Amino acid sequence: MNTTLFFQQLINGLSLGAFYALIALGYTMVYGVLRFINFAHGDVFMIGGFCGYYLTPRLLPHFTGSLTPLGPVVVLLVTMMICALLGIIIEKLAYRPLRGKPKLTVLITAIGVSLFLEYGGQFVFGPDPKSFPELVPDRAIEGTGALTVTTAQLTAFSIAIVLLVALTLIVKRSRLGMAMRALSNNPTAAALMGVNLDTIISFTFGLGSALAGAAGILYALSYPSIDPLMGILPGIKAFVAAVLGGIGNLPGAAVGGLILGIVETFVGGSEFSTYRDAIAFSILIIILLFRPAGLFGKTQAEKV
Amino acid sequence: MADLLLDLEHCTMQFGGLTAVSDLDLDMGPTDLVGLIGPNGAGKTTIFNVITGVYKPTSGTITFAGRRIAGAKPNVIAGRGIARTFQNIRLFGSLSVFDNVRAAFNLRMKHRLAHALMRIPAFYREEKEVAEQAIELLDVFNLGRFADVQCGSMSYGDQRRLEIVRALATKPKLLLLDEPAAGMNPREKEELMELIRFVKEKFQIAVLLVEHDMRVVMGICQRVVVLDYGVKIAEGTPAEVQANPKVIEAYLGGEVKKAS
Amino acid sequence: MTHYRRIKQIALLVAIVLALVGSQFSGRINSYYLQVILFIGINITLAVSLNLINGYTGQFSLGHAGFMAIGAYTAAYLSTQHSAGFFQALGGVSNLSTALLFVWVLLAGGIAAAVAGFIVGVPSLRLKGDYLAIVTLGFGEIIRVLIQNTDAVGGPRGYSGIANYTTLFWTYAIAALTIYVVVSMIDSTYGRGFLTVRDDEIAAEAIGINTTRYKVTAFVLGAFFAGVAGGLYAHTTTYINPSGFDFQLSIQIVVMVILGGMGSTIGVTFAAILLTLLLEYLRFVAAYEWLPDFIRRVAANRMIIFSLVLIALMLLRPQGLFGTVGRRAGGGRMGGTPKLPKPAPGPTPN
Repeated sequence: MNTTLFFQQLINGLSLGAFYALIALGYTMVYGVLRFINFAHGDVFMIGGFCGYYLTPRLLPHFTGSLTPLGPVVVLLVTMMICALLGIIIEKLAYRPLRGKPKLTVLITAIGVSLFLEYGGQFVFGPDPKSFPELVPDRAIEGTGALTVTTAQLTAFSIAIVLLVALTLIVKRSRLGMAMRALSNNPTAAALMGVNLDTIISFTFGLGSALAGAAGILYALSYPSIDPLMGILPGIKAFVAAVLGGIGNLPGAAVGGLILGIVETFVGGSEFSTYRDAIAFSILIIILLFRPAGLFGKTQAEKV
Repeated sequence: MADLLLDLEHCTMQFGGLTAVSDLDLDMGPTDLVGLIGPNGAGKTTIFNVITGVYKPTSGTITFAGRRIAGAKPNVIAGRGIARTFQNIRLFGSLSVFDNVRAAFNLRMKHRLAHALMRIPAFYREEKEVAEQAIELLDVFNLGRFADVQCGSMSYGDQRRLEIVRALATKPKLLLLDEPAAGMNPREKEELMELIRFVKEKFQIAVLLVEHDMRVVMGICQRVVVLDYGVKIAEGTPAEVQANPKVIEAYLGGEVKKAS
Repeated sequence: MTHYRRIKQIALLVAIVLALVGSQFSGRINSYYLQVILFIGINITLAVSLNLINGYTGQFSLGHAGFMAIGAYTAAYLSTQHSAGFFQALGGVSNLSTALLFVWVLLAGGIAAAVAGFIVGVPSLRLKGDYLAIVTLGFGEIIRVLIQNTDAVGGPRGYSGIANYTTLFWTYAIAALTIYVVVSMIDSTYGRGFLTVRDDEIAAEAIGINTTRYKVTAFVLGAFFAGVAGGLYAHTTTYINPSGFDFQLSIQIVVMVILGGMGSTIGVTFAAILLTLLLEYLRFVAAYEWLPDFIRRVAANRMIIFSLVLIALMLLRPQGLFGTVGRRAGGGRMGGTPKLPKPAPGPTPN
C-alpha cells in the first residue's frame, strides 16, 4: 500500500471513527452511571438522521443570504434536542420502572425498545432508504494534493471535535457533570450528598442521546442514504468501541471509536472487505477475553 | 506437625497496590475449632477466599490434608474437603431447602449426564440415597419440616443454618464459617454456639470461624488468631488473646471485654 | 416428592408414536397448515434448547440463530452434495435409506452446531449478564458473515434445491426427544447443578460444582438441538439464506423463552406454540382487506408487536407465563457494580 492510499484510508478511518466515538460516548456515560448497556442507543442515531431528513427542507429555506451557514447548525441543534428528549422519555418510561430489578430484565427491555424504534421507524417512515437532503454541499476540498477530503468529512469531524470539547467541559466543569461523575463513582454517597439521582440519570441519557442524534446527521452528510435499520450495526460497533476504550471511561470511548473506525476502514479496503462487519465483533470478543477493562478502564471485582 | 489438616505458610495476598494479607502462618489440626478475629478490613474474609480458591495467593503455600491447594479452583478445593459459608448468605434462591442440600451431593455423585438420560436402575438408587441422606441431614438440624419450602421465605437464622447444612452435605474435613452470628439476636447466638459445638463433635471436623461477636468466639473457640491490617498480631487461647495488649490496642479497647 | 417413575420415558414413547401416526395423516392437511405445524415443532425444539442455556443455566445467549444456521447448512450440504454415495451403499433410494440419510445429516448438523457451541461457550465462561449477551450476539453475527462468505454453500445468494425430507414425524419426534433430554437431565441431582450455576456461581463452586463444565455442557447441548432444528428447517423450506439466521431470529427465540418463563420447559413449549401461531395469524390480519390500513400495516410488521410484547413482559411480568425465575435471576441489579470476569484483583476490604 503506498503512502497516499495509507493516508487516505487514515483520513477516511478517522472520519468514520468520529461517528463511532460520538455514539460510543453515550453508551459509556449511561454505563458509567447505571451499569447498564442501553441497547437502544444506536437507534437514537438513526432517529437523528431522520430528524435531519424531515427538518432540513422545513428549516433551511428560512436561512438565506448571510444567514445561510446558520441553517445547518439550527437543524443540528434541533435534532440534538429532539433526540435528547427521546432519550429522556425512553429512560423514564422503560428503564426507570425497572431500577433495582435484575440486569437481565433491563437488558431485555432495552432490546425491546431498540426493536420498537427500528420497526416502528419502518412503520412510520417506511422501510425504503431515503435520500438525505444536502445540508452542506459535499465537495472535495481543493488544495489537499493527492488526498481527497470532502467538505462533509471536514464538517463532520470539526463538529465532532466541538461536541467532544463541549462534553468535556460539561462533565468536568459543570455541576451537573460533577454530579454525573459522583453518581458513576458511588451512587449511595452521591445520593447522600444531595444529588438527585433521577435528574442526573435523565441528564445523562439526554446528553448521550443528543450526541448520538448529532452523529446521525453528521453521518448522513457523507452517506446520504438513511433507513430505519441503519442504527443497528453502528450501534453495536460503537458499543464495541466503548468497551475497547474501557466502558465507563469517556476519553476511552472517543479513542476506541477512532481506533475502530480506522481498523474497519483499512480492513474494508483490503482483500478481507467482506468480513468487515465481523471485525467489530471479533475485536469485542478478543477484548472481553483478554483485557475486559479495555484500554483505559479499571477492573472491578465481585465481592465474595 | 504430621497430622496438621490445614497449614498456611507465609501466605500473602496482594491486590494491585493493596496488601490484604501479609505473611500469614496459620495451622489447624483435624478437630480444632479456631476463631479468626480482627477489626474490619483486617483481611479475614480474604483469607477464607484464599483458602477456598476464590483468590490465588500472591505468595506462600497452603497445604490441606497433605496436598498443596494454593491457586486450585474453588470446586476442586471443595472436593478435597473444605466447605464454607458466606458473609452474605448465598443460598440457591430458586431451589427449595431440600434441593439446596441435595445440590451439595453433586460432587460425590457417580451418576451424571448420560445416566440421568437413560435412567438406569443404578441411577434411581443413587438418587434415592442422596434424597435420604439430605433429609437425614436436614432433620438433624431441625430443618426437615422446611424441606419443600423456598429458602427465601425462611427466617434469617434458619437460612444461616441451611447454609451450614448445605456445606456439611459435601462431607468436608474443614468447615469455614464466615460471620455466622451476623444479624442474630442473643438467643439465636446461643443456639448457634451450641450448633457449632454439635457439628464439630458429631461430624468430627475442624472449624475455622470468622466472627465479630466476642462472646461467640471466646465461648467456643479453643484457639483464637487475631489479625490487624492483614498481619497476625496474636494467637492463643481466648483468655490469652483477650489480655494481649496488642489486641486491645487494635480494637481501641472497644469490644475486647469479658462477656458479662 | 422424589419418586422417580418411568413417566418421562413413557411420555416420550407416546409422543413418538403420536408423531408417527400424525405423520400418516399429514397428506390430508392443507399444505400451508402443515407448514405452520412443522414450524411450531421446529420452534419448540429451538426454544427448549435455548431454555437450557438461558433459563436453566442462566447464561444469556443471544446467538442461537447462529447454531441453527450451522446445523441447517451442514445438513443441507451433506444431503445435497454427498447423498449419492450414501444411497449407493444402501442399495438405492427408498423410504428406509432416505430416513437413514436424514438421521445422518441431522446428526451431523447437530454435531457441527455442538462444536460451535463449544467454541462459543468456552470464552463466554468468564462473562456475565450484558457482556455475555453481546458476545453471543457477536458470535451469531460472525457465524452469519462466515456463511455469507462461503461460496460452496451459495454465499449471500443462499442455498437452494434442498430435498424436502422433513415430515411431521421427524419434527415432533425430535421436539419430544429434546424435551425429554432437557427435562430428565434437569430432574436429577446432576441436572440441578445447572440451576445452581444460574442462582449463584460462587456458592455453586463452593459446594464442588464445576461451573465451567456445566456452562459449556449447556452451550454444547443447546447448540446441538438448535443445529438439528436447523437441519429440519432447511429440509422443509428447501431454500436457506444466511440473512434468515440473523439477530432477529435469535430474538424471536429469546422472546419465546422469556414469555414461557425461563426455567420452565413446559412454559417455553407453550410459548413457542403461541408465538408461532401469533406470527402466522398476524400474516392473515395483514391480509384482511376489511381492516383499517393502520392495523394491517402494524400486523405486517411483526417485529413491532414482538418488541412491545417484550417491553410489556419485562415491565409487568418478567417471569413470563410459567416461570419462577425472573424476579430472582442472577447477574446483579441495575445500578450495582459491574460484573466483569470473576474476582480479578481489585481492592476488596476484609
